[in-house]
Amino acid sequence: MSSGADRSLLRSLVSDPMGALGLVLVLLFLAMALFAPWLAPADPVKLDVTQKFQPPSLTHWAGTDQLGRDLLSRIIYGARTAVSIAVTSVGLAGLIGLLLGMIAGYGPRWLDAILVLLFDSLSSLPMILFALAVITVIGPGTSTLILVVVIVSIPGYARLIRAQTLGLSGADFIQAERAMGAGPVRVLLRHLLPNVVGPLVILLSMDIPVVIMLEAGLSYLNLGVRPPTPSWGNILYDGYTSLRSAPYMVLIAGLPLVLSTLGFTFLGEGLRDALDPKLRHGVPR
Amino acid sequence: MLRYAVKRIGLAVVILFTVMLAMYAMVFLVPGDPASLALGPRATPELKALLRERMGLDQPVLSQIWHFFASAATGDLGYDVWSKRPVLDQILEFFPNTLILGALALGWALVAGVALGCLAVVWRGRMIDRLLGVLSVSLISVPAFVVAIYALLVFAVWLRWLPAIGAGTPGDLVSQAKAVILPAFALGVGWVGYIARLVRASMLEVMGENHIRTARAFGLPESRIVLRYALRIAIIPTIAILAVGLGSVLSSAVFVETVFGRPGIGTLITGAVQKRNYPVVMGTVLFMTAFYLFIVTAADLLIARLDPRVRDVFRG
Amino acid sequence: MTGAVLQIEGLKLDYAVPGGRLHALRHVSLSIKKGEVLGIAGESGCGKSTLAAAMIGLTGANARQSAGTIRLGGQDMASLSEDDRRRLRGRKIAMVFQDPMTAFNPVLTIGGQLTDFQHNIEGLGRAEKRARAQAMLSRVGLSDPALIMGRYPHELSGGMRQRAAIAAALLLQPEVLIADEPTTALDVTMEAQIIHLFRELRDDYDGAMVIVTHHLGVIAELCDRVAIMYAGEVVEEGPVDAIYHGARHPYTRALMACDPAMIEGRTARLPTIGGALPDLRSPPPGCAFAPRCPLATDRCRAEAPPDVQLTAGHRALCHEVRP
Repeated sequence: MSSGADRSLLRSLVSDPMGALGLVLVLLFLAMALFAPWLAPADPVKLDVTQKFQPPSLTHWAGTDQLGRDLLSRIIYGARTAVSIAVTSVGLAGLIGLLLGMIAGYGPRWLDAILVLLFDSLSSLPMILFALAVITVIGPGTSTLILVVVIVSIPGYARLIRAQTLGLSGADFIQAERAMGAGPVRVLLRHLLPNVVGPLVILLSMDIPVVIMLEAGLSYLNLGVRPPTPSWGNILYDGYTSLRSAPYMVLIAGLPLVLSTLGFTFLGEGLRDALDPKLRHGVPR
Repeated sequence: MLRYAVKRIGLAVVILFTVMLAMYAMVFLVPGDPASLALGPRATPELKALLRERMGLDQPVLSQIWHFFASAATGDLGYDVWSKRPVLDQILEFFPNTLILGALALGWALVAGVALGCLAVVWRGRMIDRLLGVLSVSLISVPAFVVAIYALLVFAVWLRWLPAIGAGTPGDLVSQAKAVILPAFALGVGWVGYIARLVRASMLEVMGENHIRTARAFGLPESRIVLRYALRIAIIPTIAILAVGLGSVLSSAVFVETVFGRPGIGTLITGAVQKRNYPVVMGTVLFMTAFYLFIVTAADLLIARLDPRVRDVFRG
Repeated sequence: MTGAVLQIEGLKLDYAVPGGRLHALRHVSLSIKKGEVLGIAGESGCGKSTLAAAMIGLTGANARQSAGTIRLGGQDMASLSEDDRRRLRGRKIAMVFQDPMTAFNPVLTIGGQLTDFQHNIEGLGRAEKRARAQAMLSRVGLSDPALIMGRYPHELSGGMRQRAAIAAALLLQPEVLIADEPTTALDVTMEAQIIHLFRELRDDYDGAMVIVTHHLGVIAELCDRVAIMYAGEVVEEGPVDAIYHGARHPYTRALMACDPAMIEGRTARLPTIGGALPDLRSPPPGCAFAPRCPLATDRCRAEAPPDVQLTAGHRALCHEVRP
């Protein structure tokens, strides 16, 4: 049954041109990340100062940077950096958010009140400034990035799950289950979990481009992924410093960032429309 | 209304308090001594001791926290040992620049977004509506700092229409205005799409309501129905979003300000982060959080005033 | 008939719905003369509100008129452009909507809206329109109309809102005034007051009035003629007296029997009509009421019933009635 549902989901996703485009872009991007070592024509960190600032050519399709590194290879490996950070942090945040949200929605009221205040406080933090504060304390790097994203994203997920849990815990089948003496863990895992995961997945997929942007942005400020690890943000920064002499660098480095965020957003929209047909319904007049 | 206002403001204060505590706890949870971290390899024992004393780190933890809260409450966000100036002075010097940038970005986004949203509603279900939908999503998902770099490359470096760097000559309004165009454009682009979608969705909901049918039954022209009868209601959620938007715009201004080398909160804090200048970083984050909470709370109260239905719910 | 201000001939209308087209109106013919009050009655879902919306040309984007004509003052509505139809609304034909709670815009004052509603009158300034609105509010029995002009809809009671809605509809002295369930959302006292108001208005309003309701008492109080609808068709139409005292169509008779006001003496339980409305996505070939009708024969189930003229102005759609 679930594979049938998946197939129809896929079909309705593909029948929507934007959703299909999103899926293609995301798959391309994931393939780039996954098969980087096979796809990249050169070593992304290999210096060759004699080849610096080469504009795009047949040997270097995307040109080279100020240290003579092959840009195309750096961009392909940059996808790998972006994907690993985005997936790890969003996945981790989703897991913690799921847990906290279910506890808040199903647990005692005092605990709920504390957690809600906590979520409200966390989401009042300006994300980028908070990221900068954490970086000041523990220093820049991949793990700092992941930590920041996890902390800042938890409230969104937890709130969603909490609302869903609250809505469902009044439902007849949950009440019946409780009346029959099912413990909270059983109710949460067997009955609530399958019902709340769908919306969470949509939200997670829509947050991936946000994380990709944050990673690129902070790396651009030299506060994210440390060089020489290739990141789209680092490449943009390198391009920015030589904007006048080598404008092709920023033009090329910005492109994958734009395309991947577009792809994820279109895919997220398509997923939401396919999973939640209520939102799609007609045009009222 | 008053009771609602008190409750809303009280919540904001509690949240700010929690954030302050968390920020302070963060510094202490991290292994290592902030003073030596800050000084880096240049540190000599004497220098460290001096800095520790300056930063109040030689006091017991509880008294430090107390001191921190007490002074923050009076507007004292600490002293910056590098520039030898109070943190608040620096923030207040840079903040107006950022605020102007954010307000202009949201301002143009509001005008363009509402226009696009209304256009989509008038042509709902048609090709134009669908194209505007795709355009909106695309605008939302393009990162502001990429737009900033591209805009800089095209309009400042290639076309030379507008300055590339800085905030213009102080006192010269024309040069200041020219300097803010590109940053405000880049910062607002995403919000155009966001507001357009929001206005469209909220308008369509309103257009399905009975009173719109009444207005139609009296033969009012569609343009008037959209602009006077629907937009007035549809704009209310947009205002709430704009308030949240200002908070997030000021935060993402960090990247745009850096790209355009424009003095502001963003450049202040990135400079401080690179020097690991704790008081400035913490002070700025606290200040911006407080400002954000202030705006959001004010917007909630404004909405309560704007919508007579909400207003009376809280009056009673 | 030339005296008719509003004439509907063979109207068919369907809605696009998931799973096909819903035939909401199937061959409806009705006409209303100047000065006449016509009641349209039936259970929920019989198509009476759709008919009211079709009269004023506001049937929603998923509706399609597949046959028939609607003539307003002799003019075929279908021959007009959307813009010309819009210009007729308010001036020639106006409507009071069901649920006065939501009929007004919540963020504009009553006065502002009543002024706007006079959009299709030419040659009046905004101040004059305001004065007319205020005068009309007082005519529908609202005391202190100047104060009410500045009020928001939610600040008025349900009955006051309904009065304001009637005032709005009368502002332009339309040739046809449609009231869709004018009393449904009100409590009994309010209902009596609104019925009283309509009776008063009848006396000095010379246009035609259409009252759509499921409440037979309202029709008995207010109307000259009544049309009973079932499953998208007018099954019986005639003078109020003739229908209330000599209903011929089995559905009308069942409907009358179910009206609590018509029951004399005490009964243990209220009568109901057994069965349910047919699926209007695929209407039956014969009489739509046949599955629920005690008199139904095989012919009723197979053939569409004829429109039988009973007496002058009284007709029924049934195989089993004779003139």
